Formats: sequence, structure tokens, C-alpha cells
Amino acid sequence: MSVRVALHSPSGSRSFLERGLLLLVMLIFLEGTVLTLGAASSPDISAQDNTGGHDHRGIEGSHVHTNYTYTKKAFPVLSLDYHHIQVPFEISLWVLLASLMKLGFHLIPRLSSIVPESCLLIVVGLLVGGLIKLAGEEVPPVLDSNLFFLCLLPPIILDAGYFLPIRPFMENIGTILMFAVVGTLWNAFFVGGLLYAVCQIEGTYLSQVELLPCLLFGSIISAVDPVAVLAVFEEIHINELLHILVFGESLLNDAVTVVLYHLFEEYSGAGEVTPMDVVLGVICFLIVSLGGIAVGAIYGILAAFTSRFTSHTRVIEPLFMFVYSYMAYLSAEMFHLSGIMALIACGAVMRPYVEANISHKSHTTVKYFLKMWSSVSETLIFIFLGVATVAGPHAWNWTFVSVTVILCLVSRVIGVVGLTFIINKFRIVKLTTKDQFIVAYGGLRGAIAFSLGYLLDKDLFPMRTMFLTAIITEIFFTVFVQGMTIKPLVDLLAVKKKQEAKRSINEEIHTQFLDHLLTGIEDICGHYGHHHWKDKLNRFNKKYIKKCLIAGERYKEPQLIAFYHKMEFKQAIELVESGGGVKLPSAMPSQVSMQNIQPKKLPPPVAERALPQFTKGREEEIRKILRSNLQKTRQRLRSYNRHTLVADPFEDGWNDFLLKKQRLIELEKKMTEMSNYLTVPGAIPDSPTMCRARLASDPNAFYNIKASSDGVPTIQVDLASPQSPDSVNMLNEFSKEGHTGQGLGQREGATGQGLGQREGATGLGLCQREGADRDEDQGLMMKPPGKGEKGEEEGGNKNPGLMRCLSDPGPSNEDEEDEPFLP
Amino acid sequence: MGALQSLPDEPEYRDLSEKTGFSFEQIGILHKRFKQLSHNEDTLRRDDLNTIPDLSCNPIRTQIIEAFFDKRNFHQNGEGTVQEISFEEFLVVMSHFRPPALDMTEEQREIIRREKLRFLFNMHDTDNDGTITLEEYRHVVEELLSRSGALGKETAKGIADAAMLEVASISMGHMEPDEFYEGITFEHFLKILKDIEIETRMNIRFLNMDTTNLCKVNRAYPDCTSLTKYTDKLLESCLWFGFGLL
Repeated sequence: MSVRVALHSPSGSRSFLERGLLLLVMLIFLEGTVLTLGAASSPDISAQDNTGGHDHRGIEGSHVHTNYTYTKKAFPVLSLDYHHIQVPFEISLWVLLASLMKLGFHLIPRLSSIVPESCLLIVVGLLVGGLIKLAGEEVPPVLDSNLFFLCLLPPIILDAGYFLPIRPFMENIGTILMFAVVGTLWNAFFVGGLLYAVCQIEGTYLSQVELLPCLLFGSIISAVDPVAVLAVFEEIHINELLHILVFGESLLNDAVTVVLYHLFEEYSGAGEVTPMDVVLGVICFLIVSLGGIAVGAIYGILAAFTSRFTSHTRVIEPLFMFVYSYMAYLSAEMFHLSGIMALIACGAVMRPYVEANISHKSHTTVKYFLKMWSSVSETLIFIFLGVATVAGPHAWNWTFVSVTVILCLVSRVIGVVGLTFIINKFRIVKLTTKDQFIVAYGGLRGAIAFSLGYLLDKDLFPMRTMFLTAIITEIFFTVFVQGMTIKPLVDLLAVKKKQEAKRSINEEIHTQFLDHLLTGIEDICGHYGHHHWKDKLNRFNKKYIKKCLIAGERYKEPQLIAFYHKMEFKQAIELVESGGGVKLPSAMPSQVSMQNIQPKKLPPPVAERALPQFTKGREEEIRKILRSNLQKTRQRLRSYNRHTLVADPFEDGWNDFLLKKQRLIELEKKMTEMSNYLTVPGAIPDSPTMCRARLASDPNAFYNIKASSDGVPTIQVDLASPQSPDSVNMLNEFSKEGHTGQGLGQREGATGQGLGQREGATGLGLCQREGADRDEDQGLMMKPPGKGEKGEEEGGNKNPGLMRCLSDPGPSNEDEEDEPFLP
Repeated sequence: MGALQSLPDEPEYRDLSEKTGFSFEQIGILHKRFKQLSHNEDTLRRDDLNTIPDLSCNPIRTQIIEAFFDKRNFHQNGEGTVQEISFEEFLVVMSHFRPPALDMTEEQREIIRREKLRFLFNMHDTDNDGTITLEEYRHVVEELLSRSGALGKETAKGIADAAMLEVASISMGHMEPDEFYEGITFEHFLKILKDIEIETRMNIRFLNMDTTNLCKVNRAYPDCTSLTKYTDKLLESCLWFGFGLL
């Protein structure tokens, strides 16, 4: 039992008490689960329950009947009706068990570093199954095909499809298809054919096994399983190319498996196979795969189109994504098309558009739900595999099982090596021997094979149990032996690993540059290759599809700008999460500031010192986030609302002058307080390097900094000077809204820009402080005082929008923010 | 090999092949293309490339064309630009995009990597002073975004600044405020792009078969030689078809 496993493993730094407690909890839950399951799953007991309940009611009924005239029956204060809640209760228990197991393994880090989680989960499943059996109950048919294909599999596949790295996938699509289609066909026929040959040998007692069932078995067993591959490959952090090759193969071979399965199942009843059937099979394959993709793409586009209009119902946005995807899967399954391919296509098609349309929070929700569902499903699948193994029935045949395992290995190796030999002739980047080894070795089998085997008709296939046993053995072999040894092997062979670092803006720029460059070179060479068509498609996408599917102005945004925005946003969030500007986690060792890269030249005339237009909107956003984070009081939920998370009165009161005014005053007060507060801690690390966040277009920031660093380390917070005398005026001038004031605009510029430019360690205090400095600077530059005020006012005006942006920074908000700045 | 008829004799080919690593067939095809572009002249001018219709919507068209006339890319130690190039120079520039061989030692890989990155670096470093200054970098980003109108122009600056800041912080580490980061040197350039596997990415497929008759000047469906690419195209046309349907 897992408890014992846990005991044996030396668990890291946890105290003994903690461990003991954990074990106790796990034990209790296990026991509870098993007992109730046992009770629930046994028909006898439930029947007894039933009759018991019936009896009880009968007695009561008779009681009531006899005393009909003068007494009321006693009101049942507490009654037990387990049967009523049995199914959902058991489902919850299983899910709970799965989640607790996952939790448990992550509490014992050393164990999970040796054994893959999938293996542990199977072991847990075996134990649970064993306990159920020990309790003398019948093990429930947990890995039922319907349950598996309709509930457990879709979340995993959708997760995979949604987060599919499109670029490497499309770049290697040829190789992936080759492995998925030709490789799987080869495996199926090789394994099936040779198995049949082995079965014909005298003395194996298998002569009753015919050719078609053998081929059917081969087609079931030959497909690489996405669930198993994901579970193992996620842990070994292999490089992107190999990951996508194996994983892509496991996804795309579904169509082949589906067709082969139905084909052989059909003919093992009929007996004869004519050449005509082969042709039909090929056509069927095309329909199944392309049809699946088409169904998925249609639903994906529908989802994207729907998300275009959800800006007013942000809370249910994520639901659309899930429901459309599930519909795609079900629709595909309805026609026996490849549901997996439909889900993949749906997820991949809708992602870019949906991401642009839905709010930031909804997107986070989508991501979390996908991850949650898929990880729970995965855990359940592995546990169920274990339980199903115990459940039996088994028909163990040494010859059949061992030959299956060996043949699978051999055919996989031959298939991969042979296909790579052909593929390498066409690939620009060749696959090395190491790569081939990992691709071959990573061909894990999993629960899909088992479920397909489970689906077989007992009457048509008398050897079904033997097949199931062989399938389970093969799954166990691949998951345990290959899954456990692949990690050391990867280390041993020094196969390139995945880089963990996130993409930098430079890489993004050069990726784009390279794309255009290669397209250009291809055009000069005069032949249309990969890049040419990709470029065409991109342009088509930008020109028509994005326009249809993306709301607002976002569709015009080129990829690079979108990336930049995302990056800035992420940094702002990081800054906020790191504690409101105490210090950034040193992810970005920023020791350099904008001033260091600015050419030193004379300060340009004041008029030219305007900010780049675009950053203003962004600055606003970042500022907003910072501000609201610092002032938790303002983030309070004002009133309960079922349809929005943060009910902000300003959300709708855009034109409400009074509210705005009130808010403006509040803001002013808060700003002053905040700056005062913040500047004090900001003073301590007052090294020149820390004083950054200079404007790109502001060369004399340099001098400014120097001046301040020469002085005493305490800061001359000059907050009040630009603000306090004017704050009254400002309200009077309120009606002049809409003007972009240079004063605050630039001040904000200092803040926003500082954040945006990877100012790792810049505290908020510093930003603010520099903001103040900037204002001071402005004063020195003899700006007309009114400008600063207007700027302030602008800041105030923006504020409602800013709170809104926090609650849901959707595209529409951005439009509102960006609008005034657009030329 | 059909392209050979209209071409100069073998020895010259052998020379070119040794110099650039292209096969005879590839040289033949590229020569044919060269003639086509230069209107059967011996030299190619900027205008010849400017008139390629497909190139006209490429945002970095000018840089690409400039690269062909940049002496630094000719494997000689020259500098500056030329007005017209011969076939040999054309071929040398093209050879920067040759895919790497299957079996490479680490050193060879590194050499190829440096060569390819040097080509990219030269495209950015327009004034040839060994560094990419902020101005030059801004120009690059501006060109990249030149298709997106006014919005792009404004943003380009911000992006270039952010990128430059990133380079400075990666390559210099700590800097005093009065220090000045001159620009991206080649070493820094190597450093910031170390995660992009340039040796496996900066290459295109040069055909071994003459397909110029398939794609006369503009439109055609070329290069059915390779299976992988064929499937690519099949998929892409499916996508097109799918989009067309909707």
C-alpha cells in the first residue's frame, strides 16, 4: 500500500510528526474509500440496503396504516439513504483519492524523483483494487470504455491540444505524420502478423487464434498512448523536437488506430477481406482524420467567434471554450471520426483568437481548469489501470504475453530506424541516432489500448481475456520499465534538454526577423518552400480571419507588439506579486538601466520630449495594478454580484461625474500618502544603480540621477510641490478632461517605463520617487504649470478605468485606454 | 541536370562547388534563377531584386537586398557595398542558408553557427562599426513592424529600447549610471541568441531538381520532390480550403 511506500522512502525535510500525520490521513482516506466503495459496489449489499430500507418503510407504512386515524407518524429526524447519493458520492471519493495521492507524492519529493508518478499511481490502483477484493467485494468496472472515452480522455487531450506548441509541431508535421501513420501501420501489421505466426507453432496451445483477431490485437497494441507519453515526458524535460515528435505521433496515430480497429472488428465477423476493403479502409482513414480535424476546426472557429462577444459576460467566458471543445469531441465521436484529432484541432485553432478576446482573468481560469481537469483525469486513469488489473479476469499465457512484449519492442525499433532513414533524406535537420533511440524508447502504451481491448465483444472474440492480459502486461512493461529507465538514459546519453528560460524580447525579434529573412531568400531563389507558404498563410490570417474573430482593434496588433505587451504585463504582475515593490525576485538580474544605453547627447527641446504614444496606455495599466495592490481597501468587494467578481461602482459609472470627482479626491489623498510612505523605504538602497527607470527619450534623466545621488541618501521627496497646491485647481479644471498632460504623462512615463524595461530590482518606492524627481525636473524645465495639472487630472480620470482593468482587463478596456493616445 | 546545358563549363562549377558547398545541380538551378533575375546579364543589380513580386510585401525587403550587395558577406575581407554582383557572389551569399550536414562535430557546429549569426549581425550593423547601436536596432524593429502602420512605428521604439536594455543587462551585468553601453557587439550578439538554434533554423531547402519550368515566374506548385514538404503543403492547402469554406 502507498502508506508503506511512503514509509520506506526517506522523505526529505519533513518532520516525523508531519509525516506521521500525513500517513494517518492517507490511511484513513484509503480505508474510507475502500470500505464505502466495497459497500457501494457490491450488488448484494446495496440490495440489502434496499430491502432494508423498504422493510423499514413497510413497517412504518403499516404502522401508519394501523394507527391511521389517531396518530401521525414520527417525523424521521435522521435517516440513512446511501443509495440515493451512491453514484456521485463514489465518483467524488475516487476523485478525492486521486487528488490526495497526487498531493501525497508531491509531499515526498525524493520518491517522485526516482519513480515516475504514473508508476506510483498504478501501484496505488493495484493496492486499492486489492483492498476491495480483500474486503470480499466485487471490483467495480472502473475503466469502462464509455467512462474512459467520454469523461477521462477529453480533458487530457484538450489540454494537450490547447497548449500544443504550434510552431515546432507544424515544422515537423511531415515527420510526425510519417511516424504516426506509417509507423503505426507497420507496428500493427508486424506485431499482428508475427503473433499469428507464433500462434500457429505447435505446442503453444494457441492455434485457435485466427489472423484477423491477431491483427486487431496488433492495431490496439501498436498505438503510442498520449496519456502515458505526457506523464513520462513531462518529467524528463526532453528537448522540444523530441517531445513534439513522440507526443505528436501519439496524438495523430489515433485516426489510424480508430480505422484499423473498426476495420478488423468488422471483418473478423465477416471473415474475408478483399482488395476493395483495403481501398475503403484507406478512404475511411482519410475521412476519419480529415473529418475529425474539420469538425474540430469548425467548433474552434465557433468558439473564437463566440468569444468575440463575451465582453459583457466575463464570468462564463471560460465555459464556452470547454463546452465547444467537448461538443467537438462528441460530434466527432458520433460519426466515428477521430475525436482526439477533433479536440486537438479545436484547441489549436481557437487558442490564438480566444486568447486575444477573453479577459486576462478568464484566460487564467481557462488555463487552470484545463490543467486541473487533465491532471485529475490522468491520475484517475492510472489508478483505474491498477484497479482494473486486479479486477481481472485474466488468462495468462506465457508465450502470448512474452511474444507480445518482445514484438512490440522489436517492431518499434525497426519502425523508427527504418522510417528515420527515409525521413532524414527530406529533413533539413536530421535526426541523430540518439534522437532515434529516444523516439523508439519513448513509445509508451497506455490506457487507450486497454479501453479499446475492453470494448471487444466477448462472443466474437473468445480470447478477449487473454488479449486484455497481454495488453495490461505490455502497458505495465512500457510504463514501468521504459518509463522508469528513460530518465537515467536521457541523462546518460546527454540528450539535449529543454531550456527552461522564458523567451526574451530579443529572441522574439530575431525569430520574426529570421522568418521574414528566410521567406525573402526563398523568394529570391524562386521556389516556394515552407516559409513562403507560412508567410502567405500568416498574411491571410491577419487580413481576414483575425478581423472576423477578434473583437475590437486587437486584430491589428502584430505578433511582436502583442508579445511585447504580454511581457510588460507579466512583469508588472510579477512586480506586484513580489510584494508591492519591495524587490523583484531576481529572475531578471537587472543591473543596467535605460540611461546606460542612451547615447549621450544634448537634451532636445522640451516639445520633443513627449513619450512614445503607445507606452502611455500600458503605463496606465501598470500603474493601476500597482496602486490597487497597495491599497487593498479599495479592492474590497463593494456588493455581492453573481455575474461579476469585483463589483465596482465605477465599472458602469464612466460618466458619473460626482463619483469621479469623489474618487479623484480620494486618489489624490492616497497618492500623497502612498508616495510618502513608499519613499522612505525606497531611500535605503539609494545606490546610483538603483535609481533607474529613465525615459527612453529623456537623456537628461542621467544628469538628474546624478544630482540626486550626489546628495544625501535621504530623498528629497518633492511630492507635494507639484501636487498639493494644485490639487484644488485640478478639480476646477476637471471639465477639461481629455487632454493629455505632459506633466503627469511623463511622470508616469518614468514609472511605467521603468517597470516595462525589466527593471528587476527597482522598488516601487524608487519608481515613485523618481516620479517625484521627474516632476521636479519638469519644474526646472519651466513647463507651463497647467500642463502638470492636466496630467494629474488625466491620471484621476483614468482611475475608474483602471480599477476596471484590474477586475477584467479585457480588450475593450484597453481600447478605452489607448484611444486618447492614438494619433 | 537539365539546367547544365545553358551553363558554363565544368571546371568553373567545380570551383564554385568547392567554395560554397552546393552541389552541381543546385548551382545549375541557382544559375538559371540568377539569369532569370538579371535578364541574362552577367551581373545582378538592386533593381533586379526589387522587382521580384513576392518580395514586395516583405517588411525587411531592403535589408535582405542590401545583404546581397554587402562585401562583408562575400567571404572576403572587404567592406562597404557594391553596385552589382556576379553569380559567384550571389552564390556565396546564398551559401549562408545552406542546411548543415548530418554528422557534425561540435567545433564545426560552432563555426557554422558563428557564420550564420555573423550574417545576421551584418544585416543589423549597417554602418559596419562592429556594434549594433540603439539607432540601428530601432531601425530593425521599425522595419519589422513597418507593415502595421502608425501603431507599429510608435511601438517599435519602445520595443527596441526594451530589447537593448535586455541585451545590456545580460551582457554587461552591472553598470554604473555614468557608463555607456555602446551597442551590441558580436560576442554579445552570440550570447543573447544562444537559445535560438540558429544552425538548425537559418536554412532553406535548395533544390536538386530543376523546377524553374514548373514555376515560371510567379505562381506554380513547385518542389514536390520532398515528401515532408509535400505533406506540409497538403495540410496548408487544406487549411486554406477550410478557411475558404467558412
